[in-house]
Amino acid sequence: MSELRGIYTLWLREVKRYTREKTRLISSFIQPLLWLIIFGSGMRFASTGLAGIDYQKFIFPGIVGQTLLFTSMFMGISVIWDREFGFLKEILVAPISRVSVFVGKMLGGSTDAVIQGSFVFLFSFLVAIHVGIDTFLLSLPIMLLITFGMVSVGLTIASLMESLESFGVIQTFVNLPLFFLSGALFPLSYFPQWLRWVSVVDPLTYGVDALRITILKGAWISIQPLYYDLLALVVFDLAMILVGTLIFGRTR
Amino acid sequence: MIEVKNLTRNFGSLVAVNKLNFAVRPGEVFGLLGPNGAGKTTTLSMLCTILKPTFGTAIINGVDVTQHPSQVRRMIGIVFQDPSIDDRLTGRENLEMHANLYGVPSAEGKKRIEEVLELVELKDKAELLMRTYSGGMRRRLEIARGLIHYPKVLFLDEPTIGLDPQTREHIWAYISALSKRESITMILTTHYMEEADKLCERVAIIDYGKIIALDTPKRLKEGMEGDMISVKAEAVNELAEKLNQLNIVKSLKETHGELKLVVKNGGAMVPRIVEIAASLGVRIESMSIREPTLEDVFLHFTGREIRAEGGDEYHGLAAIKRRGIK
Repeated sequence: MSELRGIYTLWLREVKRYTREKTRLISSFIQPLLWLIIFGSGMRFASTGLAGIDYQKFIFPGIVGQTLLFTSMFMGISVIWDREFGFLKEILVAPISRVSVFVGKMLGGSTDAVIQGSFVFLFSFLVAIHVGIDTFLLSLPIMLLITFGMVSVGLTIASLMESLESFGVIQTFVNLPLFFLSGALFPLSYFPQWLRWVSVVDPLTYGVDALRITILKGAWISIQPLYYDLLALVVFDLAMILVGTLIFGRTR
Repeated sequence: MIEVKNLTRNFGSLVAVNKLNFAVRPGEVFGLLGPNGAGKTTTLSMLCTILKPTFGTAIINGVDVTQHPSQVRRMIGIVFQDPSIDDRLTGRENLEMHANLYGVPSAEGKKRIEEVLELVELKDKAELLMRTYSGGMRRRLEIARGLIHYPKVLFLDEPTIGLDPQTREHIWAYISALSKRESITMILTTHYMEEADKLCERVAIIDYGKIIALDTPKRLKEGMEGDMISVKAEAVNELAEKLNQLNIVKSLKETHGELKLVVKNGGAMVPRIVEIAASLGVRIESMSIREPTLEDVFLHFTGREIRAEGGDEYHGLAAIKRRGIK
C-alpha cells in the first residue's frame, strides 16, 4: 500500500513539474508542426503506393510516434537532474523500494510524453485526416505502450550517465536510428531486405504500425496484425522495465 | 538511543572512519565536530543507512542499522549537507511529497505539515515555488521536512554551511526551539566551533576518522584547565620573570609587549596578577581574560586549527542552488 502511494507521489511530481514548464509545453507544438508542414509538404512528390494516402497523411502517425519517442527518451533527464540537484537523495533514503521509485518516475514520464503526443492530434486537420474522439481513445493505450518502454530506456541510460552532456550525446545515437528504422517517414517496403531485418528489432516499428492501423484505418495496409504489434510492445515494455529497475537499483 | 560500535568505513586504502564508539542519550543534541574531510558525513551516512559500514555497526532505538536499514529509515529524519529539495514545487508540495513517501496517514500529515511550517515560520511562504526561497528559507524547509514523519532521531549534516552569519543564528534558534518542543534526539555535524558550542549538549571532536575527545563543550573547555589572560604593561619582562618564579601560570608567552597567559581559574588570578604587578611597581595598561573556546581545545588535541572555510564549499549546480542564484 505504501509502495503504491510512493509510486503515485512520484508520478504526481513528474506530471506537476512537466505541466509547470510552459516553454517545454509550447516547444512541444513546434517540432511536429515543422515535420508535418515543411517536411511533409516538401516530400509530397513521394508516392506512398497506397490509395487515398498522400505523403502528409502517411507520416502523420509517424510524427506522433516520433514525438512519443523523443519526449520519452528525454524524460530520462529527470534522473540526472535529480542527482545534480540533490533531490534523488531524498527519494532514495525514503522507505520505499527502488523498483517503486523507478516505476513512479516511468509512469510520470509516460504521462508527460503521452500528453505531448496527444497535442500532435490537434494538427490532424492540417493533413486532412479526420480524428474522432473514438480514434483518439483507441490511440491512447497504444501511445502508453510505446512510452512505457521508451521512458524506461531513457531512465536506464540516464542512470548510467555521469553528466547532462553525455546523456544528450547518447540520446541522439539512440533516437535517430529508432526513428528512421521505424518506418515513420517512409514505407518499410522501400527498404532493402537487410534494413528491413534491422527494423524488425526496432520497437517503434510496431508502435508506428499500430498507430497507422488506428488512425489511417482501412486505407493502411498493416505490416502485421494489430494484436501482434501490441504484443511486441508489451514484451518490449516488460523487458525494459526489468532492465531499468535492475540498473536503477544500483544507483547511489 | 544511539549506540555506535566500532563503526568503520574504508574507501580503498583510505580509512575514512576508524572504529568509532560512542552513545547518544534520548533527547540529547549531540555534535560531531571536526574539519572538512574528518569523516563526519561518512559517519552520518552510515548511521542513516545510506552507506554500509566496512565493519562495526550502530544501534538506533534498538534497531541495528546494518540488519534492518528500512526499519531504521522510518525512525530517522535527515537534513543533508547538500540541498535536496525540488525547487519546481512549492514548499507545501515538498512537504506533502515527503509525508506520502514516508506513509504518514494523510489527515495526520496535513496537521503535521501545518505544525512544522509554523515551527520554521514558513507558513506564509508555503504556497510559493521553492526556487523563490532564499538559502536560509530552503534550509528551514529541509529541517521542517525532516520532522514530518515524527522521527525519533534527526540527523543534521552541516545545517548552516554556506549561510550568512545572520541566517546561521536564525537556524540555530530553530534547532534549539526544536529540541525543546519535540522530544527528539539530534545528531549534527559541523566544522563551526560556535555552532557546536551553542547547540550541542555533548560534542565528539573527530579528526582523521577518529574521536579525539568527547564531552560537553563546557567540560572540554575546562579540560584545557585554564583561562586565557593577556596583560599589557610597561615592564612586561619584570612581571613575566616574577610570575615564572612564583610558578602560578600554566604557560606564558610574550609578544610585542603583551603577555599571554594560560592560567587555572582566571577569575581569581586577575586580582593576584594586579597585586604582583603593583608590588613590583609595574603599571598595567590593560588586561583581558577570556575562556578557552572549542577552537583552543581542537588546537590542543591536534596541534592544528580547524580551517573555517568560506565560499567554495559547494560546486557546480549545488552551489548555485544553495545561494539561490538564478
